[in-house]
Amino acid sequence: MLRVSDNPAIDTVAKLVAVAIAMFAFVFVVMVPLYNVLCDALGINGKTSGQAYTAVQSGIDESREIEIQFVATNNAGMPWAFRPQQTIMKVNPGAMNETVFFARNPMPDAMVAQAIPSVSPSRAAEYFHKTECFCFNQQPLDGRTSAEMPLQFIIDRDLPRDIRTITLSYTLFDVTDMAKGAVAAR
Amino acid sequence: MQLSALTNILRPDTAWQAVVTRLAPCLLGASTMLGAGFAQAATKNQINMPTGVTQVGQSIFDLHMTIFWICVAIGIGVFGVMFYSIIYHRKSRGVVPAQFHESTKVEIAWTIVPLFILLGMAVPATSTLLEIYDFEDAEMDILITGYQWKWKYEYLSDNGENVSFFSSMSTPQGEIYNTAEKSEHYLLEVDEPVVIPVGTKVRFLVTANDVIHAWWVPELAVKKDAIPGFINETWTIAEEEGIYRGQCAELCGKDHGFMPIVVKVVSQEEYNEWFAVKQAEAAQIAELMEQTFTMDELIARGEDVYQRNCLACHGANGEGGLGTAIAGSAIVTGELGGHLNIGVNGVAGTAMQAFGSILNDVDLAAVITYQRNAFGNNMGDMVQPIDIFNYKKG
Amino acid sequence: MAHGPAKGITRWLFTTNHKDIGTMYLWFSFAMFILGGAFAMIIRAELFQPGMQLVEPAFFNQMTTLHGLVMVFGAIMPSFVGLANWLIPMMIGAPDMALPRMNNWSFWILPPAFLMLASTLFMEGGAPAFGWTFYAPLSTTYAAPSVTFFIFAIHILGLSSIMGSINIIATVMNMRAPGMTYMKMPLFVWTWLITAFLLVAVMPVLAGAVTMMLMDIHFGTSFFSAAGGGDPVLFQHIFWFFGHPEVYIIILPAFGVVSQIIPAFSRKPLFGYDSMVYATAAIAFLSFIVWAHHMYTVGMPIAGELFFMYATMLIAVPTGVKVFNWITTMWRGALSFETPMLFCIGFLVLFTIGGFTGLMLSIAPADFQYHDSYFVVAHFHYVMVAGAVFSMTAAVYYWLPKWCGRMYNETMGKTHFWISFIGFNVTFFPQHFVGLAGMPRRIPDYALQFADFNMMSSIGAFVYGASQILFLYNVIATIVAGKPVSDDKVWDGAEGLEWTVPTPAPYHTFEVPPTVDPAHAHS
Repeated sequence: MLRVSDNPAIDTVAKLVAVAIAMFAFVFVVMVPLYNVLCDALGINGKTSGQAYTAVQSGIDESREIEIQFVATNNAGMPWAFRPQQTIMKVNPGAMNETVFFARNPMPDAMVAQAIPSVSPSRAAEYFHKTECFCFNQQPLDGRTSAEMPLQFIIDRDLPRDIRTITLSYTLFDVTDMAKGAVAAR
Repeated sequence: MQLSALTNILRPDTAWQAVVTRLAPCLLGASTMLGAGFAQAATKNQINMPTGVTQVGQSIFDLHMTIFWICVAIGIGVFGVMFYSIIYHRKSRGVVPAQFHESTKVEIAWTIVPLFILLGMAVPATSTLLEIYDFEDAEMDILITGYQWKWKYEYLSDNGENVSFFSSMSTPQGEIYNTAEKSEHYLLEVDEPVVIPVGTKVRFLVTANDVIHAWWVPELAVKKDAIPGFINETWTIAEEEGIYRGQCAELCGKDHGFMPIVVKVVSQEEYNEWFAVKQAEAAQIAELMEQTFTMDELIARGEDVYQRNCLACHGANGEGGLGTAIAGSAIVTGELGGHLNIGVNGVAGTAMQAFGSILNDVDLAAVITYQRNAFGNNMGDMVQPIDIFNYKKG
Repeated sequence: MAHGPAKGITRWLFTTNHKDIGTMYLWFSFAMFILGGAFAMIIRAELFQPGMQLVEPAFFNQMTTLHGLVMVFGAIMPSFVGLANWLIPMMIGAPDMALPRMNNWSFWILPPAFLMLASTLFMEGGAPAFGWTFYAPLSTTYAAPSVTFFIFAIHILGLSSIMGSINIIATVMNMRAPGMTYMKMPLFVWTWLITAFLLVAVMPVLAGAVTMMLMDIHFGTSFFSAAGGGDPVLFQHIFWFFGHPEVYIIILPAFGVVSQIIPAFSRKPLFGYDSMVYATAAIAFLSFIVWAHHMYTVGMPIAGELFFMYATMLIAVPTGVKVFNWITTMWRGALSFETPMLFCIGFLVLFTIGGFTGLMLSIAPADFQYHDSYFVVAHFHYVMVAGAVFSMTAAVYYWLPKWCGRMYNETMGKTHFWISFIGFNVTFFPQHFVGLAGMPRRIPDYALQFADFNMMSSIGAFVYGASQILFLYNVIATIVAGKPVSDDKVWDGAEGLEWTVPTPAPYHTFEVPPTVDPAHAHS
């Protein structure tokens, strides 16, 4: 076994200090990424991929219709009006679908928002593919203006057959300060 | 610190009187209830989990009792041996201690046997969990959002005309601070209960606006964390009409103890009626928006709104508390635009919420008018719903 | 080397003597026990009757938070470190700890950390009010400014724990007397060795969690905020990855103490020594894979719920083995019931009840009803107070005569036990009832149907609290004017090297390593 020092006590201490430092690092370099990987794999919290889906589905599954519910909520201190144009859509797995969310900034100044998606049931998250989404980026909006924000998605043909309803929720956060900070940092 | 209350609780005669009059029947009650095989509904001095009014609740209760009785049986065995030793193997009886100190066979036995007992517990536990995790085929969906410190319910509908409302505790401050008699449902009453039809699978989508809350109604056997940014789901089929009460179960700040949940389970017809009324109310609000109110109307409505939404932070007399004082406030007694801005948009980074998305325009107009003309603020001006609408529109 | 302690305050400030440091740890932890207890008394006084009487809800939350933090990190953990300092060198035949100077440091950084934590009470916005589990975002975005001081305090006391543990491991691994093989060590040394490894592994994880909080609050990161791509649930995973082993960090040394005392007053060797060691190791291992049972309602995939449920249920096996071993140790012994034994029997009964409720809580679907209710509060006080605190009290009564050469007042000790035992049960047993009936934890006021049991609980708490004054008096009276004892072996059934040195234990012991008698090695 590796010996750090001839003094056995010092040797033990050196190894234990290394363990302690490693465990501290473990939190940052293992636990955080691992959690994110597990979230993607298992759909924890209904998280969906933050990247556009590019794969091609092998045709449309006409045999079943999935009901998609859209829900929009604002986080604390977010004054925007934010709602889906349609609250419910019926879609076939494999087909490309499109809808828009409506947003309005009632404040006099420009603001930046970030929408966070969450899918329920969470095990449907990995089958919910977005090819285009306003949630991929921060959304700036000038004061007292409104915008229609597009969403394009495909439901995977492999979606388990017992899932018949999927809810896609967006929570809108005010990230104006965060965005400013990022610009300043650049 | 309320000194009067302090002296009150420390006054020996009242305190002791309370102890004697309350605890004696409580001890009796607990023993009789144990004998009667546990209580059913949320009653005074209930000592066991409610069986509730759902299939899942019954399954959980049965599971709970199964595990409980297994534990009791093991406990009787373990403590039986221990007390036998304590009574018969005492030094004072002149016994000579044995010197045995190991037996591999015995150790293996009491490792293996518990494993089988655990296996016996795991089977019903797994099947109950699978039952709870069957979210499909709900007939209606309600989005529940936790706020510091109230709940918002939004009934999702197919046509986009969602019905939504806030549900806040309606127990008056006087009852909490012991200046008024406490009513029957002290702390467990709300201004607007969430209404669901009996025998219908209702799916709850649970999220939060600010910090983590948890939506818990024991009699529906539903508890789910409400996490800001993400949605959780859970469901219930209530099989009996009635009113079921619960509370926020996750520490969420100052008024965590004061955000109750009241679920009213009614017949399908009654539900339909209620829902129609709710939709009509929404339409009516839209109509009211067009109206112009008198000062008295606004003040009367505003006072009511103030008590439900502002009082907790700003005080019964506008004296402030967690929030700033309303009485004599520079904003309230200043230019109308500033007051509207704070009322509609809140103050970022503080507990002052953006009430533009919480109150409807009529209520917001009323409460702002009220604040400007109460607590010694004598602005004399009025805000009409249309003013709020226009302000929001920009 | 055969000199005594230095004179005056410098003896304590600069001491590197394991007995001095152990004494300081013990007194410090008792002070923290009183402080945390005072917070608990405020909580119970407010909950005496429905309605807000004494404090405001915001202050109430500060009390529950500080009560938890002070009891866990200030009272229970340092008390066992103090015990380890006093006893481990004496039990393994070492002259002192392996790293005496670091030992001094690990104690002396503790008081400033807790002074800082307590000072938050007087800061703008008040002390931390987010519970001892400090879930984000209540503890980040929505916290009072004092949270930064809280984070700093956690860092320091974490550092203290890590240094203390490293010292214990280094001592046990390198300083055992010749012939004292691992499987001959007293069980208290074994449980502490395993505890120390747990501490080295998980205190850095806690440090990581609070560091992330600090970064989220002050440096614009979003570990725990969904807005920036983070997740508040991640905090809970990290916290409980620390928090669950932490629970065993608290209880394993208690197991060690009980495993020393029960054989002594049964006058019979500990039954199943080897299996006790293996069971302790098994519990320590399992503690790393069960953390999410604190989070059953957070919305995990069903596979996760099932895994954590099964893993948690498994803990009942090694824990059961321990209880069976203790009871078999008593079986056909020659029992006597001095105060330490009474507290150990109290431990055995109440800890087992806490174990049963723990098993109930492990059942995920049932936990949907129990979670965050007073049932949980009752459960963890049965294992923390009746488990850790009772065994610690037993330890003080058991070894105090050896430490100071004077015998405590037995009648007063027994009175202390019975008042504690009754007070404890009156406090916490009714909490099972209100929890099952639907009372959430951490609320400053409650519905009327919970009133009677809460009043009972408060009365019990005042009784239990008052009984600790008797304990303090008894200990001080013993040190100052207790009946002198001079036998090396204070208790006729006691086994182990610490009972071979003179009474009171001299300032320096085992400067020449003792010979370990293989027949009487572990006890």
